[in-house]
This record gives sequence, structure tokens and C-alpha cells, in this order.
Amino acid sequence: MMTLEKLREIKEKTRPILEDRLKKEGKTEIREDGSIVLKGDYYKKQVRIALRNCEIINPDSIDDYIALDGYSALGKVLFEMTPAEVIDVMMESNLRGRGGAGFPTGRKWNEAFKYDADKKYIICNADEGDPGAFMDRSILEGDPHSVLEGMAIAGYAVGADQGFIYVRAEYPLAVKTLKKAIEQAKEYGLLGKNIFGTDFSFDIELRLGAGAFVCGEGTALMESIEGKRGMPRVKIHRTAHKGLWGKPTIINNVETLANVPIIYQKGADWFRSIGTEKSPGTKVFALVGKVKESGLVEVPMGMTLREIVFDIGGGVADDRAIKAIQTGGPSGGCIPADLLDTPVDFESLAKIGSIMGSGGMVVMDETDCMVDIARFFLDFTVEESCGKCVPCREGTKRMLEILEKITEGNGEEGDIERLESLAETISSASLCGLGQTASNPVTSTLQYFRDEYIAHIRDKRCPAGSCQALLEYYITDACIGCTKCARNCPVSCISGKVKERHVIDTETCIKCGTCMEVCPVGAVITR
Amino acid sequence: MEFKFDMEKNKEKIQEFMTFIDENRDKPGVLMPVLQETQERFGYLPAEILELISKELNIPLSEIYGVATFYSQFTFVPKGENDISVCLGTACYVKGAEKILEELENVLGIKSGGTTPDLKFSITPTRCIGACGLAPVININDETYGKLKVEDIKGIIEKYR
Amino acid sequence: MKNVTLTIDGQKVTVPENYSIIQAAKELGIDIPALCYDPNLEVVGACRLCLVEIEGSRKLETSCSTKVREGMVVNTETEKVVKARKDILQLLLDSHPNDCLTCQKAGECLLQAYAYRYDVKFREHDGAMRPKLIDTSSPYILKDDSKCILCGKCVRTCSQVDDRQVLSFAGRGYDTRIVLDLDKTFETSKCVSCNRCVVVCPVGALVDKRLMGKTRIWDAEVKTVDCKVCAYGCEFEVLSKKGKKLAVRAKAPSNGRPLCLKGRLTTELMHLDNPDKPYRKIGNKFVESSWTKAISIADIIEKINKLENNEEK
Repeated sequence: MMTLEKLREIKEKTRPILEDRLKKEGKTEIREDGSIVLKGDYYKKQVRIALRNCEIINPDSIDDYIALDGYSALGKVLFEMTPAEVIDVMMESNLRGRGGAGFPTGRKWNEAFKYDADKKYIICNADEGDPGAFMDRSILEGDPHSVLEGMAIAGYAVGADQGFIYVRAEYPLAVKTLKKAIEQAKEYGLLGKNIFGTDFSFDIELRLGAGAFVCGEGTALMESIEGKRGMPRVKIHRTAHKGLWGKPTIINNVETLANVPIIYQKGADWFRSIGTEKSPGTKVFALVGKVKESGLVEVPMGMTLREIVFDIGGGVADDRAIKAIQTGGPSGGCIPADLLDTPVDFESLAKIGSIMGSGGMVVMDETDCMVDIARFFLDFTVEESCGKCVPCREGTKRMLEILEKITEGNGEEGDIERLESLAETISSASLCGLGQTASNPVTSTLQYFRDEYIAHIRDKRCPAGSCQALLEYYITDACIGCTKCARNCPVSCISGKVKERHVIDTETCIKCGTCMEVCPVGAVITR
Repeated sequence: MEFKFDMEKNKEKIQEFMTFIDENRDKPGVLMPVLQETQERFGYLPAEILELISKELNIPLSEIYGVATFYSQFTFVPKGENDISVCLGTACYVKGAEKILEELENVLGIKSGGTTPDLKFSITPTRCIGACGLAPVININDETYGKLKVEDIKGIIEKYR
Repeated sequence: MKNVTLTIDGQKVTVPENYSIIQAAKELGIDIPALCYDPNLEVVGACRLCLVEIEGSRKLETSCSTKVREGMVVNTETEKVVKARKDILQLLLDSHPNDCLTCQKAGECLLQAYAYRYDVKFREHDGAMRPKLIDTSSPYILKDDSKCILCGKCVRTCSQVDDRQVLSFAGRGYDTRIVLDLDKTFETSKCVSCNRCVVVCPVGALVDKRLMGKTRIWDAEVKTVDCKVCAYGCEFEVLSKKGKKLAVRAKAPSNGRPLCLKGRLTTELMHLDNPDKPYRKIGNKFVESSWTKAISIADIIEKINKLENNEEK
């Protein structure tokens, strides 16, 4: 059985061993207050709370986690606080859901706490599915116990004795790490029956997703755990009252849960001192795209997009001009360069037509076509729509068809208006969050980059030079007449005599780009 | 689901699978883990196994099929030992990829998207693989065959028999 | 049960507190359009046609799933609501074949009725349509996927009967379809031709095949009769034209019984002047059958004959 005494012993025994290893590796700095941070410019402006242990501890070692105060919050909560007090602290901290919507965690817990039932559940939503996002994966692979401890605290607060982690099957390492972590925690008596010898019992079971993005939606996820098609439920009841198998259920995202233990270690005031008033704490982003240093960053809420991209990410790759930042994945929007000084918090991003989302942040430069980006995300949504409600199932399909038409050079007058009208209906009439936000990539690009749509439709031109169908291949006078392009062209649309400049018949050309690839002197260009 | 599943040959696997079902039968929401186990163990979801699951867990076949077709991880046709992907991109298309595909279907006696009964070959049509200069192109496993003519197909397939 | 009073389209109504808005509206004679809603089935909120505006709520809410509250003020035909309904109907029509001229469902089709009500028309486009998959394998039911609007009523009604549960959604997104068992036909699945699904289908995706081509619904006289096979008495409808009884179709299961083929055939036999040949499913095949076998009374008749012959002697 685990006791507070034993926990302290493990901590005191392991901490020096951990420090020794870290000193040898030299990637970290141990501060006077005992905190351990990663060295380097990339980390200087970051404040790592959810990622506090990532890349520092050995994720396979529960002792390492305990060495850095792991499970002390659970101990404190169980021995010193009533469930109501635990919820009070969470409300005070105003930790908001990091899965995207930003609902206050404390209020959610309180709903389930107040609702009387013989069985309650805690679910950790680890079905991270936004293309390009890997925040949750990094936490699960780098610091699994912080999530388990967060779940156990949530379980104690609301009166649940069973937790589920719903994790993508596409994350095999995360699954393996979690399995091991759960095993270790059970062995130590930190999960399972009578934790720390108290009468609080809490068990966690892993459930794997099977490749359906919509299961990131809370009620679809519950359907999936119940062994059904992951189709979101119509909201007749709150899931905090009637969720999984009709029982009160709390569903929190990985990053949210990783924040939980440290709030009980350091207090709500400490947490509130970081970030902004309405969005306290930090947010983890997966900074990717045309940025010099891509990777995970965790910053205090309220930091501007500019600081994140330039001060942490080192600016745009190849020193091109930044055009936009996409946040929030398929539910988010494209923020233009002139709004780079927008602070990153739930309200500010929503105000400019995007969302915080789960933390995808894609930097785009002048060669990225905004219409094509919108098409890409719609393509994703159409593929992932569950098909239950009409606006999402039928509407996103029609929006995608229009966007495909536009990027292929067949756009017509009226297409923009049709897109806007469809977007309005899909967002106001869809059943779940996936549908309600599906048109955001289109509406935000239409709001800030309307000219690009018009150029595609009226002038049959892609200003970013990215839409293949709107490009024209052209041979400049740098051509040496080697005939290589003509010989390799799959449709034989290049003519010209040896040692003379060749010409492409644009009518026949299928724009496969072979000529450009094979030209020894770079005489083939697109325009 | 034309593919014939060999119950005799898979006897041992089925027995192990039954043990898995027995160990988990009382777990609430067990269908997903059971389907995942099926996919992993057999490489796809054989109709015969789905019928077995239906009987063992008392879940209607229709519901099992509904769940199985909802999640993209599950497949109903096993991939062959040699997966032949046929590029149907624009360049290959104009260079006669359809004829190549037809010939492959004839030589192997299966339809595009299908797998031979001996599990040796499967045909997977794909979007442009970016080898337009070599059109028409097929990939067998990691090997690329370009500038194909219909008469080349038999010889290429022979190499993998 | 407590009662609550709310206002719908300016009229006050008092209903039990477990009512949904759509039920309360019905009390006032306000018909909120809905394709997936059926008071006898689980509420799913899929078609989104029953959206209404509730004062104090920014979002539109589905009236099938939203419970009434004291003092609630609901508007069912605002500009915003009508725009959403028109768009939803247009989206459905865009995937639906323009076949109302010959569709058996014309005149009773809800999609047709709502398209008329909101003035939404078919239009030409190059985009995707539902697949033209038609299951003609059954002599009793015709299933046409191209007309399906995926409301799921058929799946829900089929799943209410424990040993049936033949229908399910398959696939997802735009490619979602309704299938039988492992994507089988009526003939090869374990469907028992009870026609519950046909009864609830709001469009022409599931129709009673024995009715096809016999009469337009607006030309027919429809009389409801009770089935006499068992004491529960499911409801059937007898369709006649100019006094001639043409066809029988299922109307509603009775409390405690689920509708069945035997009941349907017996009702046909009792009411129709000239019923079509009955069929039985033997193995995975529908075969033409005699009436005595189809309603499985062969041995009874034999016995009756025997007894009556004895009496005569």
C-alpha cells in the first residue's frame, strides 16, 4: 500500500539519481527553487506547465514522476480536502478546457458532483485528430502519469471510481507508454482499490479509437466507448448528468488533465498569475508549417502570435514573408499577417474568426494559396463527417465541390455567395461541433483573402502560384534545345527542333511538371 | 465480401480469438476491442468471424457491420502479399493506365481493389504518385515499373508468383 | 407530472413538462416540419428541419429534442429558421433523383410536401448524388438508396424488435447507406418482410412493392382495418379504387405486437377481391407459394377437412 511517507521516500531516493542523469545529459538547467527547465533559446520564452516533465523525466519510470512531486497532489487532495473543496480550487483556478472549446473545468466537475448517481465516469479525451497536431501525443508519451493523476483527482472530486482513456490507435507509442504507466500506478497503489489506504478507489481502462476524427466530439466518443458508431448524440441531457452508459460523465482533454495536479501543488492563485484574466495558465501549440523551428511550444495565454512565430519559432523559413497563421485545424481559421499582434487566448482568437482549438498552429507564407487551404480542410471534414445530420453531411460536400471547382479554374460568379450561404446554414443548423465549425476555414479565408477567391474565379489565376490547374508551363529563352523535355512529355505536347527553343502547347499540356523536372538548365517555368 | 475465408486453415487463430472473446465478453462496450482484435489477428474482418462475434456476443450482424464500416481502421478485404498500386493520375490515365489496369485484372482474375484467393496479389488503384515522366506506372510493394505496355504485365507478375 | 406554460408563435399553451417543443406546437395545431422525428422512436435530431428560434438563445434549437420550459418563447417560422429549412431541403433535393412523376410515394412523401411548402425546387448540378442502388429482391419491399435521406427511422423501428434488427447505417459521411445485415439483400438477409420500415419511411426509399403501379394515393380510398391473426390487432390499410379493393399495406404495429408478414397476407386474403400471389422465403430465396402454406395453415385445413368429412359420414 502506498503512504505519503513512502511517496516521500521514493522522491528523496530518486531525485538525486534523476538530477545526476540530467546533469550528464546537459540539456536542462536546475534552478535554485528546484525547478528543472530545458535549456536553449527555443525554450526561453516558453512557460512549461502541461509539458513540465516532458523530455525531463523517463516516461516509463513512475519513480521519476514521483521525484518531481508526482502524485503528491493526489495525496494532498485525498487527505486534506473534501471533494467540494477540490472543486472550489478548480473553479477558482478557472482552468478552461484545452481541447478547444474552453469550457471551465471546475464548472464541469461541479455539474457531475452535484448529480446523484450510483456510478460516474471520468474520460480522458486523447483522440487528437487535427491534421498537424501532436500536443496530446507528446504529453502521453512524455509524461503519462500527470494525466493519470489528473484523472484520479477529477474522480475523487466528482465521485467517480472508473476512468477511461480514449486514445487514437494511430499513436502506438502513446498506447504502450500509457499501458505501462497504468500498470505501475496500480502496482504502487496509486490507482485501483483504496488509493493511499483511503476509501477512494479509482481504476483506469484504455480504449482505442479506430480512425474516426468525429470521435473527438464528446458524445461521439462516448458512443464509441459503448461500442457503437461514433455519431454525436443530440443534446437532450448534459453529459455531466447523463453521459457514458447514461451515467454522469466528465470528459477532459489530455492537456487539461496534465494541468490538474500542479494546480493542487501550487494553488489556484499561482495558476491565475499566469496567462490572462479570462484565460489563465498556458497553452501548448504544435507550431508547424513554414516556420524555421517547428515543434511543440507552451506559452502563457495572451502571448501574441508574432512572439510565438518570431521569438520562439525563429520566423518564417527561407525568410519569405508570412501570409497567414492557421489555428484550430479543421474547425479554425486563417489569421492574416496584419493581425499577428493578436494575443492568443480563447476570446481574442474567436473575435477574429478563428479558434484556439486544440493547439494546431500552421504558419503559411506567400506561396500558400488560401483557397486551396480552405479546400484542404473541407476535404478533411467531408471525409470525417459522420453523416448523421443533413447540413454537415450534404452541405460540406457541396462546399467542397465548389472549392474544387474554383481551384481547378472552373469557378463561376456566384460561387462565393453560395459558399457564404452554405456556411451560414451549416454552422447554424448542424448537430455537433464538427459541423458547426466546419465552414470556419472557408469563412475566415473569405473574410481576409477574398481577393484570392476572386482572382481564381474571374482571372483564372492563383496568386500564390500553387493551384496546379491554374498554372501555365512555359519554356523561356534559356532553352538550349536539348529535346529532353519533348522526349519525356507524357502527352507529347512539346515541339521544337534540336538546339532551338522549344514550345509547350498549353491546350494539350496536362501540367504534370515532368518537363520542369528534366530540364537541365531550368528553362521551364510556371506562370 | 466475395473473399472466401478458410475456416480450416485458420482453426488455431480462431481458437485463440475465442479465448480473447471469452476473457472479455462481460466488458461493457466490448464490440470495438473485439473488432480491433479481429482486424489485427486476421488482417481484415472476415464475414465468417463477424457472424461468430454476432452469435457469441449477441449483437445483431447489422450493428456489427454498421460499426465496422464507420471506422476507417477496419477493412473487409485482406491485402495481398504483393500489393500492386496502379496510378490513375492524369498523365498515366492519358497514357493508357486503364488498359494496364484491365490487363492486371485479367491476368490475376480479380477486380480492381480486390485480392487473389491465395492472398498473393491485390490491386489498389491510387491517385497520382508523382512519376508522370514514367507514365503509365504501377508500384508493386516498393518497386516502380514505368513506361508500361500492356504486354509487359504478364512478365512482371510472373516474377512475383 | 407538472405542467408548464410557454408561448409558441404568439400563442400560449400549457403542456406536461416532459413535452418537447414539437409536441407542444402540435397541441396548438402548429406543424413544425421534421423528417427524422417520430413520437414512437428515439429522438435523434438528425434532419435538423425542426429547428426553431427560442428567445434568449443565440443558436437555433431542434424542437424534437428540446424540452419545454416555463415561460419559454418559441418562434417556429422566423426568417432565420426558414432560411435554414430551405437550405436543408435544397441539400436533400440536390442528392435526390427527380422522380416524383412516377414515384409510388408521391402524394404522401414528406420531402415532396416540405419542398412544396417552402418552395424549393430540383436543380441541375454536376455534383455527387446518392448511389443508384436498388434492391428488387423482395416481392414485398423495394429499397431505393438513391431516394434515401438517411433519416434513420427504418433503422430505429427495425431495432425495436429484438430478433429482427436487420437494418443499420453503414459507412459514414456522404457515403452513408442503409444496409441489411452484412450488406445483404432482402432475400439473403434475415429480414422477415414485416414492413415496419416501409411504414415509417418518409420518402420513396422504402416502398411496399405490392402496391406499386396499382393506384396513386390521391385516387385511392383508404380504410384502416385491424389484423385478425392474433388478439393484438396491428393496423393495416385497405386501398380501393372505384369500389374495387386493390391492396393492403401495413399501417402501425399494435401495442405488444410488431407487425408481421402472416398478418399482412391474412389481411390481404380477408379484404382483397383478387390478392397477388403470396411468396415465402425459403432459405435465401423468395418462392411463390400457396396461400395455405404462406399463412401456414396447411395442417389446420387438413385437419378441418378431416373432421368435417367425419361429421358428414
